[in-house]
Amino acid sequence: MNKISVDIQNISKSYKDVKALKDISLQINQGELFGLIGPDGAGKTSLIRILTTLLIPDSGIATVEGYDVVKDYKEIRKITGYMAGRFSLYQDLTVEENMNFYATVFGTTIEENYDLVKDIYSHIEPFKKRRAGKLSGGMKQKLALSCALIHRPDILILDEPTTGVDAVSRKEFWEMLMRLKDHSITILVSTPYMDEAELCDRVALIQDGIILSVDTPGNITGNYEGKLLAVRAEDLYQLKKDLAGYEHTLSVYLFGQNLHLTMMEKNSEKDLRSYLKTKGHGELRIDQINPNIEDCFLDLMAGKERNP
Amino acid sequence: MRTIIHLLQKEFIQIFRNRFMLPIIFVMPIVQMVVLVFAATLEMKNIEMIVVDKDLSEVSRRMTAKFGGSPFFNVKSFTFSIEEAEDFLRANEADIVLHIPRGFEKDLMRENQAKVQLLIDAVNATTAGLSNAYASNVLRDFNEQIIIENFGPVSQGMERVNIRYSFWYNPDLNYKIYMLPGILVILVTLIGMMLTALNLVREKELGTAEQINVTPIRKYQFIIGKLLPFWVIALFELSFGLLVGKILFHLPMEGSIALLFLFASLYLLVALSIGLFLSVISNSQIQVMFLMFFFFITFVLMAGIFTPAESMPDWAIRVNTINPLAYFIRVIRMILLKGSGFADISGEFFALGLYATVMMSLATWRYRKAA
Repeated sequence: MNKISVDIQNISKSYKDVKALKDISLQINQGELFGLIGPDGAGKTSLIRILTTLLIPDSGIATVEGYDVVKDYKEIRKITGYMAGRFSLYQDLTVEENMNFYATVFGTTIEENYDLVKDIYSHIEPFKKRRAGKLSGGMKQKLALSCALIHRPDILILDEPTTGVDAVSRKEFWEMLMRLKDHSITILVSTPYMDEAELCDRVALIQDGIILSVDTPGNITGNYEGKLLAVRAEDLYQLKKDLAGYEHTLSVYLFGQNLHLTMMEKNSEKDLRSYLKTKGHGELRIDQINPNIEDCFLDLMAGKERNP
Repeated sequence: MRTIIHLLQKEFIQIFRNRFMLPIIFVMPIVQMVVLVFAATLEMKNIEMIVVDKDLSEVSRRMTAKFGGSPFFNVKSFTFSIEEAEDFLRANEADIVLHIPRGFEKDLMRENQAKVQLLIDAVNATTAGLSNAYASNVLRDFNEQIIIENFGPVSQGMERVNIRYSFWYNPDLNYKIYMLPGILVILVTLIGMMLTALNLVREKELGTAEQINVTPIRKYQFIIGKLLPFWVIALFELSFGLLVGKILFHLPMEGSIALLFLFASLYLLVALSIGLFLSVISNSQIQVMFLMFFFFITFVLMAGIFTPAESMPDWAIRVNTINPLAYFIRVIRMILLKGSGFADISGEFFALGLYATVMMSLATWRYRKAA
């Protein structure tokens, strides 16, 4: 029922002796908001550069809307909107000149596709005579997105669009992406921020050139094995040390003011509480919580290390 | 075609939005031409001379006066000690020492010949050679004068070869009109090559080149978009420079200006595509600057602007076949000063045509590979 927009089959890519992508396969459906989630150096940018025809894979086949990324690169460039991680529009041209330039390069005009970019472009239109280099970070990002959309692409590929952007602009940006789904544009977005994963239709967790899991955010958190506890005490640092030394601990990670703890089964909260009492922790709070994507990611990573 | 026009439009907006651009285009040529044409002269004036006159006779004084009267020499001081004169040379305060030994006049009268000594500072071999030539000239004149005074006019009974000089294409031996076209070539090349080289690599540095790569713009369109604006600017620069030369230095224009521009258009294609090629193989503006300077300075020094290219060693003359500046320097001088026509420069024309084709293909090919 779902038509496939991006089909990646056994793609590998190495830089000298570093293997950036190891035999990756992945399908992205048409009209989907797909997140590529992983830490820096996981291989996100390499994969995106292959799909945008900027990089040639060592082996494997990838197609975008049925076009091969190596053979039909010219076709792909016509139907793809790409926004690089770094602001890469002409800083010495004005907002309007940048928009016009990218529109004409694709053989279209701003007016023709105004309905598509209106929602985003209207924010920066009051500054259309200002040079792009003089815009604030959030506005630059809106301009880049407008320019990537101006030719009404079939697929929009965004490489870490929210890295280095403030929290409010990030939220705004994601709201814009969600609204773009109404225009049935396939969106592939990479990000190192786990919280953004929950906003995607489906995500792929990627680490060290390998895809750990591909699923909806709900299924990924739903498949979390084991019980997750949020533990909190006065001396967080000492608490983490003590929990790491606890014989039943599977993993413990710091999340803001809490420690997220997974234990081997059969161990009740009671034992834990008494263990921590003996260590002399005051203001102790232990709650059972639902895992988020980050917990799952850390768990999957740890799982990979335990049985590689 | 429409894409190229949009690229050019974008390029020109960017160029003229750069506030360094207009001074570079209009002020630089005037300053360079005015300063360099006067500075890069090989004419020697004010050769500082120390006279050691140990004879103190009438003849020796007349000889000294002859040097003093020459526009080239400036008799700085007199001394009787050759050591003191050498000190002047050592301290860089004098260029040449004229040593007239004791008994100079006596020898001349009695034996019909006498000797003087010239000590020349030859740290700079060129100026030393010139000083020597000028001094010999003065001495020869002086010699003839003495002979005439003592033996009467030489014409009777003595055969003499009389040499008369006639300097073609530059009858007054005006150094400036020889240098001017050369400096113009350097200027036009520098501006065209440098701006082209810096421009493309800047797009790489800023990441805009990558953004362009994911659009349907073809490589050749992109390359043309990068070449054409600076080609136009460099040609404009040439016309501006010629105009300044005509007004300030009365630069002669014997040949066809249309032919000069035809040749310049071709030459600039070569120079700019070299700049473009360097830009394509570099990753930063710093890298391209160093590469540019290496090639540019080598090209300029070998091109025969300051020294005649024909007197270089054979291997250097062969290296010059890939030096575009050498072609243009030769041709611009031929057209402007000599009035040469197309037939005279056709060899250079077709050589550069081939060169331009090779360099442009190389730049386009390498750019494709790099992307």
